[in-house]
Amino acid sequence: MREKILRLIEKNAKLSPKEVAVLLGEDENIVAKEIEAMEKEHVICGYHTMINWNMSPEEKADAIIEVKVAPQRGVGFDRIAERIWQYPEVEGIYLMSGSFDFAIFLQGKSMREVAMFVAEKLSTLDSILSTSTQFVLKKYKDHGVIMEKSEKDERMSIS
Amino acid sequence: MRNPLSRTIESIPPSGIRKFFDVVNEIDGAVSLGVGEPDFDTPWHVRDEGIYSLEKGRTFYTSNSGLKELRQEICNFTKRKYDCNYTVSETLVTVGGSEAIDIAFRAMLDEGDEVIIPEPCYVSYRPCAILAGGVPVIIDLKEENRFRLTAQELLQAITDKTKILLLSFPNNPTGAIMERKDLEEIARICIEKDIFVVSDEIYSELTYGKERHVSIASLPGMRERTVVINGFSKAFAMTGWRLGYAMGPENIIKQMTKIHQFAIMCAPTTSQFAAVEALRNGDEDIELMRESYDQRRRYLLSAFEEMGLPCFEPEGAFYMFPSIKRFGMSSDEFAERLLKAEKLAVVPGTAFGTSGEGFLRISYAYSLESLKEAMERLGRFIKTL
Repeated sequence: MREKILRLIEKNAKLSPKEVAVLLGEDENIVAKEIEAMEKEHVICGYHTMINWNMSPEEKADAIIEVKVAPQRGVGFDRIAERIWQYPEVEGIYLMSGSFDFAIFLQGKSMREVAMFVAEKLSTLDSILSTSTQFVLKKYKDHGVIMEKSEKDERMSIS
Repeated sequence: MRNPLSRTIESIPPSGIRKFFDVVNEIDGAVSLGVGEPDFDTPWHVRDEGIYSLEKGRTFYTSNSGLKELRQEICNFTKRKYDCNYTVSETLVTVGGSEAIDIAFRAMLDEGDEVIIPEPCYVSYRPCAILAGGVPVIIDLKEENRFRLTAQELLQAITDKTKILLLSFPNNPTGAIMERKDLEEIARICIEKDIFVVSDEIYSELTYGKERHVSIASLPGMRERTVVINGFSKAFAMTGWRLGYAMGPENIIKQMTKIHQFAIMCAPTTSQFAAVEALRNGDEDIELMRESYDQRRRYLLSAFEEMGLPCFEPEGAFYMFPSIKRFGMSSDEFAERLLKAEKLAVVPGTAFGTSGEGFLRISYAYSLESLKEAMERLGRFIKTL
């Protein structure tokens, strides 16, 4: 049942336990308890709202930073990652296979702010060998959601 | 000038769905729960295969019966899903299930042969039977039987002129299904009375009970007297591709192919290439869509219960068929008043036969958000009655 609940609320966190229970044909109390348990176990780590910031008056700049590091003996990449994720500017950090080590997702008020963060904070960390900054120009699809399309039902209304 | 029209076609009234469509179209900003097709787009890998076939210039006719590769995949699918064994020469690819219905009747009926049609049902069986020279004999299915066909109802309708029993389960508009035990009784009578079955199983992939769809053709003694009709529209969300198929005894399929050859030539080639991909790699798509329909079905059942709208639990297709008898008005009147008051369009049950009186067809081939909005409107309307 956990898998079914997760699949449902992954795409719509606003569904209430009661609604989830109706959709899955399960008991409301059991569903509510499962969700609570998964929150405690950190299977569910939080609830987000998908925002298309392009449509809001607030300016945002997103960037992906490819980072090469020198891993430390004994603790490997994890210690460095922990050091990096402490910065509130860091939205996400992934350990990657391939030609660089970390992909870091940054969000700032402007490109300049993001660039300054990389220059002054990130690249000055001891274990970091090099960084390469890529700015996001436009988000078309994020977390499986198409950002700017308002779906219109083109089917015949009665058929 | 003489009347250019045939008396037969003039005697056939236009589709009840069509009539209501015209009414709805005049209302600005109406929310509709009236569609009879999936809200999903055709899965991308299937569309991609269609595009690829165009890129490769595969824009020729196929053989009349359809691509052999496709017919083989249809046979595999039918074996895998419903345990029916057919060969490619017993399989004909058609322009939607609709064409298959038409040509099955034309291949099998002589003037005056009776076709038993259980209603409520999809709107095309009766006209197609008439156009093929047949005489429709209607059975009014009952809500207390969960709109299933019973042996007794069938026996009462059979005469010495009965040639075909038309079955359409899972059913549009009721959402009813026939389980194995129900079909076994029907099959026994068909064999005993030497009646053929045309079984429209277009919604076969959309069932929600414990038992998955059973094809009557898979029951002992039925393969040789059944034409199964199915297609890609509902299972793979491919309505606009216009692709269906018929499977049956070779002598029937051969004559159906003859009509198809003269009237249609062959089903659209692009669609056929896309359909091969759908059958090979589409099982997961079907399951995802099926699960989603099932969730909405549960949501509507619970919403109806809350607003006091009685509805038997449908176990197939994507329709609910709630009863509005307790409001003391006809289906037409209810649907029209609902449309005017709340701008919500549903189809009156009577569009699917006189036994649909007192019911509405509500489609759940819509997003959950749309359904929620629609249920608010319906609930508000019911409170005013």
